Amino acid sequence: MDALMLDGNAVAGLLQEVFAVEMTTATVSCNTCGAINAVGALHVFRGAGIVMRCPRCDSAVGTIVEGDKRVWMGFAGARTLQVSL
Amino acid sequence: MAGTALLGRLTWKVAEVVEIVAETPRTKTLAFDVPGWPGHRAGQHVDVRLTAEDGYQAQRSYSIASAPDGTRLELTVERLDDGEVSPYLTDELRRGDQIELRGPVGGYFVWEPAQGGPLLLVGGGSGVVPLMAIIRTRDAVASDAETRLLLSSRDWNDIVYRDELERLRHDSLSVVHTLTRSRPPGWTGYARRVDAQMLAAVGPSPAQLPRIFVCGPTPFVGAVAEALVQLGHEPHRVKTERFGPTGG
Amino acid sequence: MPPLISRGFRGRREDAPAGRVPPGQYVTRDFPVLSAGPTPHTPLEEWDFSIVGEVDEPRRWTWQEFRALPSEEVTVDIHCVTKWSKLDTVWQGVSVDTLLDGVDTAAEHVVQYCDGGYTTNLPLDDVTGGKAWVAFGYDGEPLDPEHGGPARMLVPHLYFWKSAKWLRGLQLLTYDEPGFWEINGYHNYGDPWQEQRYWGD
Repeated sequence: MDALMLDGNAVAGLLQEVFAVEMTTATVSCNTCGAINAVGALHVFRGAGIVMRCPRCDSAVGTIVEGDKRVWMGFAGARTLQVSL
Repeated sequence: MAGTALLGRLTWKVAEVVEIVAETPRTKTLAFDVPGWPGHRAGQHVDVRLTAEDGYQAQRSYSIASAPDGTRLELTVERLDDGEVSPYLTDELRRGDQIELRGPVGGYFVWEPAQGGPLLLVGGGSGVVPLMAIIRTRDAVASDAETRLLLSSRDWNDIVYRDELERLRHDSLSVVHTLTRSRPPGWTGYARRVDAQMLAAVGPSPAQLPRIFVCGPTPFVGAVAEALVQLGHEPHRVKTERFGPTGG
Repeated sequence: MPPLISRGFRGRREDAPAGRVPPGQYVTRDFPVLSAGPTPHTPLEEWDFSIVGEVDEPRRWTWQEFRALPSEEVTVDIHCVTKWSKLDTVWQGVSVDTLLDGVDTAAEHVVQYCDGGYTTNLPLDDVTGGKAWVAFGYDGEPLDPEHGGPARMLVPHLYFWKSAKWLRGLQLLTYDEPGFWEINGYHNYGDPWQEQRYWGD
């Protein structure tokens, strides 16, 4: 296991800043293996940007790039996102 | 989870230092007054942002240590020798200084009194901070949820909140320490890293369906979480908060 | 509202000679470890490096064959898009010109591909003519896995996400194929001197 790795709650502030709702309790299904996890349970890596990986199969479920006034979110590895209102 | 969604865009708020307390040789609690603080739940954290005069910025996340208390919130920071932010917070900050913080954030690693117990809290070093927020919140609302804290520290003087934990110990709150580097004379407690055997001896059984919170450096959390699952605890009942390679 | 200045906060930054630091960067003596995923651990007996794609014949080297190629030591500055720069870093590596020596190609683009699935794209011109190396050593020691060992790309004139860790090969293409970060918000080219960090910069 990587000593660098964090949990999804490490990006809770950033996600809430963008989505205006608490996101770590949202659940996301992995497009590669189908596992369903709370965003807070995803494995977070900090590279040039942030990568959120499926805790079961390690596939990249989502990415976050923070610019100076823009944020890019990539969800190519996610199938469905469920958010409670 | 009725009524727990926090709506609205987060903004950076100004926080003023009102009190500083040394907890251990390397750890300090900083109490802040944050005008407009909406309150928080046990387990949540804040993002702290520091800006230098030339615009350079650094940002770190810190777990909230205190139970909700109006506009007051406490962070407990461990000084990392080659850190960029923690030495500033522990060495430089004085009463009256201001920093920016954003929060409270995190709904996943949260305990609400209404959820009850039994609770198993496993902390490594400064990983005790959000677990202490849970313990203090439990105490503030006089919850009788059966709670067990297993805390791994390097030695006796490194145990954060040691005296307070001693005072709060009770029938329904057990506190077990393990000291991994050195022990005081006469020590009869655990003297090794947390492992499956220790978790089985200290923690509730899987059949009791405990809510489990594990926090600390990433390697610690990974090893403990894996051991818990191997003991038969359901993975979704084991909530983890990894602090990264070196911890808080 | 402008950010609040915190009294006495400086951060861990070094001063640097004028002209050495691209705009918006800060100099560090550390070597931060940043990664898009878990560190791969490919045993050297299983490792190989390939040149594939728009070539007459793909090329492949085992670790022994790769290490038998002429290599050199270079001292370069590196610039990460997350705003840290590190000056005078010393690497040992094989020039990409050596790896492409004699390769006949109509390709104008290259994609670096890696253990763990990371990719990044560059114009072929940006890895030839003495601008890029496949590095196996840092500071006189074998390259640490957390820094990309056994071997990584080194393209110091671009932001460091263009120097892929855990490199396993180069795919030569006649068209441009954006890589992992280029698809997800970072700039397609990435010149630090023009501060090309993000889409549209």
